Amino acid sequence: MTTAVKVQLAAATLMFAVAPWVINAAPYEATMGLVYKIYFFHMPSAWMFMLAAIVAGVASARYLFTRNPKSDATAVAAAELAVLFGLLALVTGPLWARKAWGVWWVWDARLTSSLMLFLIFLAYLLLRQFGGPGSEKLSAGLALFGMANVPFIYVSVNVWRTLHPKTSVVPTLPVEMGRPLWFCVTAFLLLFLALLSLRSSLERQRGRIDALYLAEDEV
Amino acid sequence: MSAFFRVAALVVRKDLTVEVRSFEVLSTTLFFAVTVVLIFAFGFVKEGVPIDGVAAAILWIALAFSGTLALGRTFERERQADTLRALMLAPADRPALYAGKLAGILLLMALVEAVLVPMVGLMFQAPIFYAPGWLAGLLAAGTLGFAAVGTLFAAMLVRARSRDVLLPVLLYPMTVPVMIAGVRGTAALFQPEPDLGLAQFWLALLVFFDAVFVTLALWTFEPLMTD
Repeated sequence: MTTAVKVQLAAATLMFAVAPWVINAAPYEATMGLVYKIYFFHMPSAWMFMLAAIVAGVASARYLFTRNPKSDATAVAAAELAVLFGLLALVTGPLWARKAWGVWWVWDARLTSSLMLFLIFLAYLLLRQFGGPGSEKLSAGLALFGMANVPFIYVSVNVWRTLHPKTSVVPTLPVEMGRPLWFCVTAFLLLFLALLSLRSSLERQRGRIDALYLAEDEV
Repeated sequence: MSAFFRVAALVVRKDLTVEVRSFEVLSTTLFFAVTVVLIFAFGFVKEGVPIDGVAAAILWIALAFSGTLALGRTFERERQADTLRALMLAPADRPALYAGKLAGILLLMALVEAVLVPMVGLMFQAPIFYAPGWLAGLLAAGTLGFAAVGTLFAAMLVRARSRDVLLPVLLYPMTVPVMIAGVRGTAALFQPEPDLGLAQFWLALLVFFDAVFVTLALWTFEPLMTD
């Protein structure tokens, strides 16, 4: 574990420990009252989910065209994080929606595209797990196609009426609500970065051990 | 450029010759598609009257299921005799080989559709002759999108373990936009007062999807299929 990862992990732990007080200090929202505070965890997880998906897609494209195993390790780590943060976003979202909209789920563009992206990364992990030798390249192709797919899902579902608030609300938030939000986003980002480097270095070490075993067999 | 089309045409001709000798893939796929529609008919037609607005969804579900079967069988045949490797060893452009395989699958699915569409029209009282051009366009664009992704993934999976399970697992989430656009567009044509404007929107989305995914597949086929 490098010093940078240790610092990131320590800072993230500290920030998550303090987060309940910071969120508690935020004012109530006019129509939703207390419930809207799920937002402080929901949105950062959704953002980290998107970030993880983008990192996985870019790393997969690099792996496909350069064959650098480092990129593959980054892609695996990012794909696992995409599933993790995607799950967080998909659990916190319905909890909030039940209170705010009265239903657990609607087939709105943002929800459907998130769910599909989540499914694509689940398929990615299934492929890694059960695809056998050579599945690295296959899964790289899957991540690349998955990334290209998301705008289409978004457009195709957007034709139906949408309930989800637009992302443009974020800059217009009052300072008292904005401050805890950015606090949580920073905490999630630090956690994301620490997990990403830990998991990809683990994957690289696994690759090296595999290579050593293969070399040993050949002797 | 002409070499590209010549190689693609040769691959199609090879696939057709193999298929015509046994009709293995066509007959099994067709039979399967017909059974799927029949099972839906048992569930959704009560006392001769189908439930409103299910025809479009049933048509596309039957297409997706039988398409997966056709893709799986076509590449299983290549794997058994290790002919895909031979094809890859040929001094030809990889993208041309992909285009040939894709054209073969499209031809097969077009034949299946020629049976499925009248059958859905008959059993679910769908007005398939209201705007046949639009319906054909939606089907062609949707099938191309589905098969473009499917051919690439089925070809990649030839070397993977548990490929039979993994093909639908990978293919269905990836082709969600095709399914949404296909079902919505067809439903717009099948509703009591058909909405051509809406069908046109979905057709445009499908064409755009096809353009992006065929380009992406041609571009990545080479690195994906290289050992």
